[in-house]
Amino acid sequence: MLKTDLKHITTEEEFQNTLHQNENVMVCCGRMGPMCIPVYGVMEELEAEYTHVAFRDMEFDGPIGHLIRNLPECRSFAGLPFTVYFKNGKVAKATSSIQNMEQVTTILDKEFEKVPA
Amino acid sequence: MNTYDFDVIVLGGGPAGLTAGIYLSRAKMKTLILTDGTPGGQMILTHEIANYPGVESASGYELSNTMKSQARKFGCAIKSNVRITGMSLDGDIKSVEVNGKDLYTASAVILSPGGKSRSLNVPGESKFKGRGISYCATCDGDFFQDKQIIVVGGGNSALEEAVSLTKYASRVTIVHQFDHFQGFQHAIEEAKKNPRIDFVMESKIIAFVGDESLERVQIQHLATNAISEREVDGVFILIGYEPNTESFNGVVDLNEWKEIITKDNLETNVPGVFAAGDAVRKRYRQITTAVADGTVAALGAIDYIRTAKAVAVA
Ligand SMILES: Cc1cc2nc3c(=O)[nH]c(=O)nc-3n(C[C@H](O)[C@H](O)[C@H](O)COP(=O)(O)OP(=O)(O)OC[C@H]3O[C@@H](n4cnc5c(N)ncnc54)[C@H](O)[C@@H]3O)c2cc1C
Repeated sequence: MLKTDLKHITTEEEFQNTLHQNENVMVCCGRMGPMCIPVYGVMEELEAEYTHVAFRDMEFDGPIGHLIRNLPECRSFAGLPFTVYFKNGKVAKATSSIQNMEQVTTILDKEFEKVPA
Repeated sequence: MNTYDFDVIVLGGGPAGLTAGIYLSRAKMKTLILTDGTPGGQMILTHEIANYPGVESASGYELSNTMKSQARKFGCAIKSNVRITGMSLDGDIKSVEVNGKDLYTASAVILSPGGKSRSLNVPGESKFKGRGISYCATCDGDFFQDKQIIVVGGGNSALEEAVSLTKYASRVTIVHQFDHFQGFQHAIEEAKKNPRIDFVMESKIIAFVGDESLERVQIQHLATNAISEREVDGVFILIGYEPNTESFNGVVDLNEWKEIITKDNLETNVPGVFAAGDAVRKRYRQITTAVADGTVAALGAIDYIRTAKAVAVA
């Protein structure tokens, strides 16, 4: 289990439910390593502001890590973590390796536009 | 712009900044740590810390979290992943603007921005980050099982990581700009005797080439200027660290290596502005030295504020 304050996806059922129940989902699939921890940190911080996005993490080496690892969008990736943004269950964007707050929010603002209340 | 007042603002949340936060908050100074990354700084790059006295072994992440919660417990506010959009450190009241919308003011400021790994700054480097280019052998080594990789650098970390990457890669080529290495003799010998490692000396990578992922690099031989291309699956860039002081250039005095120049009490040339940790001019850069600096800078800032208050009353 990853030691973060994010909700963890640990089973295939949880993964499918998360995608079905949420229009916008960001999943960071990694380890507790130096390139991954900053991305989890950014996600934890954004949870309060981006309430229209479900932020989740997943263990890269865990039993369902292959659900992210084997996505065609991650085929050329060779750097942890693999971060995938899903819109209505489909991959909208995927990034490899460390990303900072600005890089993450740029993607969130582009792919998951906030609908004014 | 929303304005918030503090006694001390600490810029940088690595071990130096977190320690300053602990000391300042315990002394009842209203303290804010602003850090543009994750609290812990370079400590989170470390899988195992075995030389921090009193803690036999801990991951950098664990030690960072302990320091962070210690600071918070004493009342220190910490804002991470912020973007510093402006600062004015002259005068009695110093101010720091964050994300273009919040203004924080304080009587004293501690600069503890630490350092970051150097990048090569050549075409293709950012495009292929995570798609063949890595800065962390421990994190990404296993993506290169039976592949051909290059390690750029000639110091201890490049040499040691090159050896450890031979656990995965079929061939590791060390590309180094000089005709000799800067690492310790034992690290050089270890790399030289490894049959899976070869060396391209007096050379530098000038471009990364590929389509979706990295496929080739262009290498310039510095003695002859000859340029060659080499097919490669991955490149690990391990060329050392540089201080994160770009935003303080012209604000406080820096030396030729962009390190912050300080007095014995870690005050900079600007009254009320102190500096601590890896970004300061000094010889040894460790968590223990950063923590020591954070202590000295915090105590210096407390003295500075108390003296200023006493003068104001007199
Ligand atoms: C791979 C690796 C392994 C290491 N292993 C060990 C070890 O085993 N033992 C040991 O003692 N030391 C080790 N070190 C060294 C140690 O981590 C550093 O000496 C120490 O972290 C320096 O602390 P610092 O607080 O000065 O800076 P940093 O740890 O670099 O933290 C500075 C923080 O400030 C932030 N920042 C930068 N600029 C600004 C700005 N303008 N405004 C706001 N915030 C800013 C940064 O994002 C960062 O989060 C290691 C270093 C590395 C890279």
